[in-house]
Amino acid sequence: MKSAPARSWKPGVGSQGARVGRWNTIFCVLTSGFCLLASGCIRGEPAADLTILNGAEPETLDPAILTGQPEMRIAIGMFEGLTRFDPQTARPIPGLASGFEVSPDGRTYTFHLRTNLVWSTGGPITADDVVYSWIRALAPATASDYAGQLFYLKNAEDFNAGKIKDPSRVGIRALDPLTVRVELNHPTPFFLDICALPVTYIVPRQTIEKYGDRWIMARPLPSSGPYELAYWRLNDKVRLKKNPRYWDAAHTQSDIIDLLPVGSPSAALNLYMNGQADLVWDKELVPTELVDLLIKRPDFHQFNYLATYFIRFNVTQKPFDDPRVRQALALAIDKERIVKKITRAGEQPASHLVPDGTANYLPVEGLGYDPVRARQLLAEAGYPDGKGFPRFEYTFNAAAGGAAEIHQNIAIELQQMWRDQLGIHMDLRQLEWKVYLSAMDHLDYNLARSSWVGDYNDPQTFLGMFTSTDGNNRTGWKSAAYDALINEANQQTDLVKRGEIFQQAETMLVSNQVPIIPLFFYVGINYFDTNKIQGVYENILDDHPLQCIRKVSPKSKVRSQN
Amino acid sequence: MYFLKRLFFAIPLLLVISALAFWLVHIAPGGPFDRERAPASPEIERNLEAKYHLNEPVWKQYLRYLDGLVHGDFGPSLKYRDHTVNDIIAQGLPVSMTLGSLAFCFALGIGLPLGFFTAARRGRWEDYAGSFLATLAVCVPGFVLAPFLVVVFAIKLKWLPVALWESPAQAILPMIALGAYSAGKVARLFREGMLNAMQSEFITAARAKGMGENRLLFKHAVRIAVLPVVSYSGPMLADLLTGSFIIENIFQIPGIGVFLINGALNRDYTVVVGLALLYAVLLIALNLAVDFAYTWLDPRVKYE
Amino acid sequence: MNKADESRKSTDESLNGGTPNLAGTRPSTLDPRLVSPGKQAWQRFKRNRPAVISAGYLVLLLVVVVAWPAVLKIAGHCGPAGAAFTQIHDPDHLSNSQFIPPDAQHWFGTDVHGRDVFSRVMYGAQLSLLVGFVGAAVSLVIGVLWGAIAGYVGGRLDSALMRIVDILYSLPTIIFVIVLLTTLGTLLKQSAFVQQSAFWNREVQILLLFVGLGAVSWLTMARIVRGQVLSLRTRAFVEASRSLGAGPARILARHIIPNIFGVVITYIALTVPAIILYESFLSYLGLGVQPPMASWGTLIAEGVSQINSIRIYWWLIAFPGGVLVATLLALNFLGDGLRDAWDIKSR
Repeated sequence: MKSAPARSWKPGVGSQGARVGRWNTIFCVLTSGFCLLASGCIRGEPAADLTILNGAEPETLDPAILTGQPEMRIAIGMFEGLTRFDPQTARPIPGLASGFEVSPDGRTYTFHLRTNLVWSTGGPITADDVVYSWIRALAPATASDYAGQLFYLKNAEDFNAGKIKDPSRVGIRALDPLTVRVELNHPTPFFLDICALPVTYIVPRQTIEKYGDRWIMARPLPSSGPYELAYWRLNDKVRLKKNPRYWDAAHTQSDIIDLLPVGSPSAALNLYMNGQADLVWDKELVPTELVDLLIKRPDFHQFNYLATYFIRFNVTQKPFDDPRVRQALALAIDKERIVKKITRAGEQPASHLVPDGTANYLPVEGLGYDPVRARQLLAEAGYPDGKGFPRFEYTFNAAAGGAAEIHQNIAIELQQMWRDQLGIHMDLRQLEWKVYLSAMDHLDYNLARSSWVGDYNDPQTFLGMFTSTDGNNRTGWKSAAYDALINEANQQTDLVKRGEIFQQAETMLVSNQVPIIPLFFYVGINYFDTNKIQGVYENILDDHPLQCIRKVSPKSKVRSQN
Repeated sequence: MYFLKRLFFAIPLLLVISALAFWLVHIAPGGPFDRERAPASPEIERNLEAKYHLNEPVWKQYLRYLDGLVHGDFGPSLKYRDHTVNDIIAQGLPVSMTLGSLAFCFALGIGLPLGFFTAARRGRWEDYAGSFLATLAVCVPGFVLAPFLVVVFAIKLKWLPVALWESPAQAILPMIALGAYSAGKVARLFREGMLNAMQSEFITAARAKGMGENRLLFKHAVRIAVLPVVSYSGPMLADLLTGSFIIENIFQIPGIGVFLINGALNRDYTVVVGLALLYAVLLIALNLAVDFAYTWLDPRVKYE
Repeated sequence: MNKADESRKSTDESLNGGTPNLAGTRPSTLDPRLVSPGKQAWQRFKRNRPAVISAGYLVLLLVVVVAWPAVLKIAGHCGPAGAAFTQIHDPDHLSNSQFIPPDAQHWFGTDVHGRDVFSRVMYGAQLSLLVGFVGAAVSLVIGVLWGAIAGYVGGRLDSALMRIVDILYSLPTIIFVIVLLTTLGTLLKQSAFVQQSAFWNREVQILLLFVGLGAVSWLTMARIVRGQVLSLRTRAFVEASRSLGAGPARILARHIIPNIFGVVITYIALTVPAIILYESFLSYLGLGVQPPMASWGTLIAEGVSQINSIRIYWWLIAFPGGVLVATLLALNFLGDGLRDAWDIKSR
């Protein structure tokens, strides 16, 4: 309404004469404006060979800074590390390095770069670029969230914390233009996996030094991977075009790939069904209320991957400081019902944290569904039939904008199960995302919904999280014995023995101490027609290199062109 | 003169608005760099905060922000770190404005005739049906209407595309979904205006002079009745032009509406303040335009 | 407000099409007959069929909503059959009968947890109506006071108060709402008063929702009331009262506020649906009421994913949506009826 002072209404002033001309003018202006605007949203550009719905809008494509899966799936096309993941098995295979040697003690790696490495803009990629990229990821000024993945390097942690200023003391150096030597703190069996993570990708020094923080938007942008960034329009699309100078360009399958950010699962499904997208590959883009029907279709592909849904306890508060109480709550959950009734995508109930199929490891069996023992334990802890048990809260994050309300639905089920089985009363506390994160950080919760997606294929990515000093612990649970086990495992070169030590640690975590209750292992779902799309393989990291994917027998595009 | 004065007063108004928005987003718990995964060390978080000056007191940050604003710089986005707020506005605003203008035309194109029709048929079944339709449009939440339109017209009937923003056909459903509320509103306002105009003294006088009913309706009543619609147009257009979270989310349209809501939820301070300012500027400008249009349409109105 | 479910303003603009000042300053046409304005209004209202039907519907809805929990309770005490009835229809009772279409047992079907949708809609009605009315009441109190003071005192205070309204008006509402719901929520949670009582601990979110929605809806009310007061202030009977030595408080209470009653009541009838609609938008954003409580907004936000091309559990969206839309329609028609009855335009 008006921000104007009061109008004075003066009857009789002015005429009531016809102003039909004015109305005609208004009409003409509106009509011509309409036509102009309608033509304004037409864009002429070549159609993509492949259109992928990629989940949330990427926050950044800077490989050192990105943290999310949608970002990684694009960056994997633009840059490459010393190794890369095999598209079928997700095991590390040679990338920019053609080979390497490991010292007998497992602490020194010597990588040999390929001889034909060139940036997409010309100019060779050298060992110095590798050293620059890694040191940049570690530098305090870069403030990379994933810098921790490089802490296996000697002095890297201190350099990142600013305790060491001299980058040459970090355990990486160029021996000659084609050779890089890396020194580690202790033998790290998954180090080649680390060398395929985005934080270690080789990035262009000159461009970064010239353009600073927003170098990704520089044109031309030199890329070390199979694709170049053609353009990136926010909330519209990222378009990649083939990098002809990539060392393996001969095997790049598609020339132009569009990756669209999509916010709502129903929009993704509609676009796919109408043929406007070839491939949908984010678990957030599967409408949960339809998932039981969809997974029966031949073009919906389920696969296990390294991700677990679990509940955190805040063990610093009564009554959850008592392991018996935590065990009782864990034993009273009917995880079968949750995966059958709520998630319904074929998830496996989880009694342990590290998903089945993780490399270098055989998981342990944790607590199952045993309400009788649960009641017993609760009685032992001083709350027979839940008498005297204080009301407590279960904290979870809200689903915004039509996203699936899985967390809420699980919370409602848990509330009922604990009330029925243990006689204890729980309130639900739904928090907006940032408030939820802040509550987790400050241990301002009783119980909280959580999940974790493995960064690399090793139990360390899950179990390392609950050591006393890890920033992701967020339970207040500190155990010197547990820390010692994890440390011991990481010093161990014998993979079988290492696995056994990890098993002891996990038993502590999910059977004895129970600062967390694993609920189920996520399943990934991609949807695409296998008759039309080739080169997407289901693997445990949910990692799909773009250069392997292609569309066969291209049908006429349904999308309207102008 | 009056309008110049209004323009001049807009500057302190905008300053206060920016300060208030800045302060409000900063006091909400959680910050832009709180993530599900904790950074490798607390130092990283401190480095990040230092980089974006989040460790300074809010008033200092605000002065820093104002300094950028004076140079036409809305600052970097804290969530989309490869982009500035200027980029976001430059990319999203044209899209939102296009869609908003289409929805505005739709709202007037449907609302005015419907309002006129129901007023002319007052008390008959056409009036009841039309008024019901207009009121219905005001009552159905957008997040119900939009998916409903998609399922019926895009999926079942296959007349129109389901989403995206590449061809004019793709603008039709979002235009309807976005404009429906305003169309209903305009129809209700215009009907009301017509009925009041028909009762007003000079129409009665004209009728007494023997002027034909149709001529009365078209020539005189309309001119008075449209005034409430004109004053509603200002805020309506400001809302439509700055995008809509629901419509952009459901139809995959790269506008700025999504950024305002997501910015607020993600504590992307600079984006929220930038877009709030943009909205305020548009609202003030459009209200001014409306008042200007008022004096033009109806010379009896004078501003002092 | 445009797009009530959107992020902007949550207040309704429809009254007088945003030109209250214009209408307010026209010469008064006091009714010569000696019938009280209230009685006249009632007679006019009775002739407005949609408004009367709407009023009837709303009364019926209120009765059902208020009576439903009592019915559940009584049924619980009425032997085994009654107990079973309560069991099934407790809005919070989970069961294995997931997604059952409407039948004799479950009039509106069941949801993902096997809860009875009819019960949930009734339960949601309590909250939605409460949010709507309390929000409107909050906006009424702030708006009337603010507008009346600004209009009556005038001068510097008037322009200062109205500038504040302008500023708040130009800020997207969603910012306020998020800050209110999160910041105040955190603060209140930490306060000793809330921590002592489990009841307050649970109700604090709802309370915040009331306050938050009311706090963003009073702006239009303030403007309308100010316009009315400005025009009333100079009327003969107010002048007369003033010359007889009545103080400002007395004039406000005896003359001004009773005379703007019609406008206010009409505006309230139009604010309630706006607030209910805005609450549904907040629910869609995940900022609405806390589960397992329900409002129509949360039910619709849950049900909206049922609008798809593959499988439709239509009862999850049709019933909550239908009841919501019917109620909003009724409130709007009631508001229109009230406006016509009080003949607000011609004052």
